[in-house]
Amino acid sequence: MKLRYAVPAGVLVSSILFAGCGQTGTATQQPAATTKDAGATTQTTTPAASAPNFDQAVAAYRTYAIEQCDTFVKKTEEFTNAVKAGELDKAKALYAPARMYYERIEPIAEALGDLDPNIDARDGDVDAADWRGFHRIEKTLWEENTTKGMDEFSDRLLSDAKLLRAKVETVNIDASLMVTGAVELLNEVSTSKVTGEEERYSHTDLYDFAANVEGAQKIYDILKTDLNQKDAALEKQIGERFTALQQELAPFKDGEGYVSYTKLKPEEVKKLSQNLDALAEPLSQMGKLLGV
Amino acid sequence: MKGFKRQKGQEKPQYAESHNEQGDLVKKDATLVKDDPSGKSKSVSRRDLLKLAGVGGLGLLLGGGGVGAVLSAGQRLESMMTDADTKDVISFYGKHQAGIVTPAQDFIYFAAFDLTTSDKEQVRSLFKAWTEASTTMTSGVLLGNDNENLNLPPSDTGEAAGLSPSRTTITFGVGPSFFDGRYGLAGLKPAGFRELPRFQGDALEEQWCGGDIGVQVCANDLQVAFHALRNLARIARGTAVLRWTQEGFQRTAQADPAGSTPRNLLGFKDGTGNPDTSKADEMNRLVWTQTSDGPAWMGDGSYMAVRRVRMRVEVWDRSTLGDQEDTFGRHRSSGAPLGKVKEFDKLDLAAKNPEGKPVTPPTSHVALAHGNGSINILRRSYSYSSGLDKQTGQLDAGLLFISYQRDLFKQFVHIQEKLARNDKLNEYIVHKGSAVFACFPGVSQGGYIGDTLF
Repeated sequence: MKLRYAVPAGVLVSSILFAGCGQTGTATQQPAATTKDAGATTQTTTPAASAPNFDQAVAAYRTYAIEQCDTFVKKTEEFTNAVKAGELDKAKALYAPARMYYERIEPIAEALGDLDPNIDARDGDVDAADWRGFHRIEKTLWEENTTKGMDEFSDRLLSDAKLLRAKVETVNIDASLMVTGAVELLNEVSTSKVTGEEERYSHTDLYDFAANVEGAQKIYDILKTDLNQKDAALEKQIGERFTALQQELAPFKDGEGYVSYTKLKPEEVKKLSQNLDALAEPLSQMGKLLGV
Repeated sequence: MKGFKRQKGQEKPQYAESHNEQGDLVKKDATLVKDDPSGKSKSVSRRDLLKLAGVGGLGLLLGGGGVGAVLSAGQRLESMMTDADTKDVISFYGKHQAGIVTPAQDFIYFAAFDLTTSDKEQVRSLFKAWTEASTTMTSGVLLGNDNENLNLPPSDTGEAAGLSPSRTTITFGVGPSFFDGRYGLAGLKPAGFRELPRFQGDALEEQWCGGDIGVQVCANDLQVAFHALRNLARIARGTAVLRWTQEGFQRTAQADPAGSTPRNLLGFKDGTGNPDTSKADEMNRLVWTQTSDGPAWMGDGSYMAVRRVRMRVEVWDRSTLGDQEDTFGRHRSSGAPLGKVKEFDKLDLAAKNPEGKPVTPPTSHVALAHGNGSINILRRSYSYSSGLDKQTGQLDAGLLFISYQRDLFKQFVHIQEKLARNDKLNEYIVHKGSAVFACFPGVSQGGYIGDTLF
């Protein structure tokens, strides 16, 4: 999760201009409460009492993240049990659905240090000696068509999943993390899922795609009322574009899951990608909630 | 469009500011408002921001901040705006769209868009948003209100910050598919406006053809041009998507301060025979669609033909100079017609050599393009180089041919049919892309591109 902001030239210029003038510099690293205060001071016409309170939203999102985590551990255990029992077909069938619980809350996992690479690194993301997690097992299941040699990776994956569940209670969630997390989820889709690079052996990318979008939509749903008060047109536009993207994704549903990425025609990939960009652009404006 | 709102009705740019409880100056809204198309704007341009950072910024950094300091810095800005800054601006507003008879800038970024909405109102909103963005970007001003807010993506993408307006022009047109019935505008399609016929030898590839909307961005800096196009595409997200793009170049003013006729990638001067854009009656005859031509919304507009013409530069480079000159019908070094000395010497297609053969081969490019001289177009082409042809390892380079004309078929198609059949140049070129656009008349203040159509 990249919570730090890349400061473009235009902002840099004005940061020089107005350095020492109060507003800039601190908001990103601060928890929600302080962000609210900053909002109140920059808008002197707004009484502090009307500054948005995100406590409920944060609580709702924490509940969601914990629920997803609980199921993630359960489904991961079913998957790793199948791998260890040598049940190749069963393991393959359980692989993508289990991952969806993780993909929905990926920004949370990414905020928790090494957990994301341990669970979700792809070949080449980390040193070969350190590579483990879902994609390590994926490679063997689909490329070598076997579960052999995967016992230890399975055990470690399950313990990493359990560690995630334990740590999720402690993660410092604030409105800023939710807002950036929603965009981050779509950026994930945009960089690796829509291109088919994420699930390069199993080609189950559309499961991840759908889960990332669902995770972003959950954040939008939680913040929707606040956003509507702040900017009703923006809230409406985001809602419409979520619907448009879901409609674009619908034809690729296959039973409970999704068709193989290899079935997508180049123009279908392009269209999905364009719908995603169309959604991510207004979604990236949700920061308006943060007292600006 | 979100992230793109600007405050209207402010007489001059203002730093809206206030003090927080600590008494520090808090910049609430760094909007640099610009609504004055006259070029005498008091707004703060991308470049002035940098200057201000240099001149006034130090005092602020040292704690001398406060309303007075900023205001006086703001006032200093006006005196810092040089003639060069205003000369670098071509107004987006006017009777005709800029970028047509405007002397060609050094670079082009061309883009064709496809609309993804079926709602006419969304198209109208897009055109309004594009108009607002275009007036801002061609003035060299940062887009939008949110360029200082750490909680939001900046509303301007920023890569042109600090750069001059660079004589940016942005020219909009709509393709025949725009009138296919999606928006209830089929009845307003100009009679006979359609994609070009297939010319002999065409090897068109879909990836370089067509589009609901064509946008020609030209500027004296490629980064400034790219910035404009990128922001237009960003604003369009959810309403229109890019279909194809092509960037192009000419020699720059720095390389040729005299501004002589540019050369194409085959080494020949290209555009010698262009009509004189300073003659209004000639432009009315050749370039600007007249109201009487119908439909009324196209009055003072123009039709644009775009062809992506790949040049087989490797083959050309193995041809003798004699062959090359016979192919064009001009001398390579001077650009003069064959047998003549100076570039603008009169073309004499009847001239014969001592053996009784025409001095200028009848199948040479200039002979066919000139014809009897009665039909002309305004060419505004750029060279392109787009890496390698993966299949052959040869350069994918050539000409992004663009022409403007009052009537596509009587002018461009008439000429191109002759060329496609007989031009000696066809041995060295192949047409890979094709698109046509009906370019709206110019926009007046308060209006938006296409408002005569909607």
